[in-house]
Amino acid sequence: MREVHCDKIIKAVKEIAIKANYELPQDVVYAFQSAVEKEESPIGKEVLKQILLNAQTAKEEQMAYCQDTGVAVLFVEIGQDVHVVGGSLVDALNEGIRQAYTEGYLRASMVYDPVFERKNTKDNTPAVIHFFIVPGDKIRITFAPKGAGSENTSRLAMLKPADGWEGVKRFVLETVKLAGPNACPPLTVGVGIGGNFEYCALLSKKALLRKTGERSKDPVARRIEEELIEDINKLGLGPMGFGGTVTAVDVRVELYPCHIASLPVAVNVQCHASRHAEVEL
Amino acid sequence: MEKRLFTPLTDQVIEELRVGDKVLLNGYIYTARDAAHKRMVEAISNGDMPPFDMKGQVIYYVGPTPPKPGQVIGSAGPTTAIRMDKYVEPLLKLGLKGMIGKGYRSTQVKELLKKYKAVYFAAVGGVAVLLAKSIKSSEVIAYEDLGTEAIRRLYVEDFPVIVANDIYGGDVFEEGRRKFARIEI
Repeated sequence: MREVHCDKIIKAVKEIAIKANYELPQDVVYAFQSAVEKEESPIGKEVLKQILLNAQTAKEEQMAYCQDTGVAVLFVEIGQDVHVVGGSLVDALNEGIRQAYTEGYLRASMVYDPVFERKNTKDNTPAVIHFFIVPGDKIRITFAPKGAGSENTSRLAMLKPADGWEGVKRFVLETVKLAGPNACPPLTVGVGIGGNFEYCALLSKKALLRKTGERSKDPVARRIEEELIEDINKLGLGPMGFGGTVTAVDVRVELYPCHIASLPVAVNVQCHASRHAEVEL
Repeated sequence: MEKRLFTPLTDQVIEELRVGDKVLLNGYIYTARDAAHKRMVEAISNGDMPPFDMKGQVIYYVGPTPPKPGQVIGSAGPTTAIRMDKYVEPLLKLGLKGMIGKGYRSTQVKELLKKYKAVYFAAVGGVAVLLAKSIKSSEVIAYEDLGTEAIRRLYVEDFPVIVANDIYGGDVFEEGRRKFARIEI
């Protein structure tokens, strides 16, 4: 069985966590460049240009693109034929995050107790980690820090099957409208439909990991994505909510079978700091 | 039209500001977000004074990243303002004149702005590296244990903001959205 040592995992996580916070992915930058052309509002265009300049400056000066360097979210795909040695995998992942945030000048935003004391953990751990077992003997780690401005506007609804597509669409549009400027548009909207309560939330977050403009391979999901992006951009929110025609640069939908009595929908709202970086070990 | 303003702000300056005005702020401003607001307002309700004199001042809702060696401050963009709405009135009562953040304010805060003659400025969320360039000095003045949430006194030069809510009830987000909305839900 192929072995991967924890030290290698720590180093890799540290690297992708710093990189993701300093450098916006190219597909996201391209999306904003084409949004400058599409945007009809003058102030909207101006905001988009500032966003692009911010991305360029952050990369050049190796600084955090946004001061909210987020909850550290890790998606870890573990090949069923790989063996982790040298310690605990969860500890290694958190150690990589700790090193990235303390040594990479990233903001520590996590508090131990969510309700009462709310004392900062000082190193942005613990991470939120999602594990998936996949075929093969590799470990693939995706880091996607998520700021609270947009995460706080995300919503989930357990709709009735009778609500159908109209109900789903209304819920998505309502969520985006309510999120408005608080979520720092232009947005990427991740939608999970189906599964159950917790699984549709995960699907909506997972949808955000796809590249901007990469449509779903599922023809139904693809049709929904195209319809939603058109309608979301008719809401008029525009860049930073100052009014405009580019409210979202992308909508990605993930579908999953569900119970005969259910129609779960989750909308994960992503701000313009659509940061992620991957590594394969 | 771009207006260059200097803190502290007076009632006369506030009266001249209208929703959508582009403003370049200059002078000292103070940082505070969720945890610092909670402490300041608790202090006020216990009969103590907050760590700085609010009169004519502007609070910037921000929790910066740590500075690299040689930097004044790290990335420093605005955080969502509405989370602070619960704490606004006691500060306005002490003379606070401006707040900088991102996103909507509640109807209640919009009313308070009229009552106490203050404005809410929006900065562009997420352009944290660019905004940091307008910050020329930064000094923690209170609640150091809160880390990024400590109260800092910043000296800013031409810090770019937009008047989002004025004392006349205007709302830059509502007005902007209405201009471009093709569907209503």
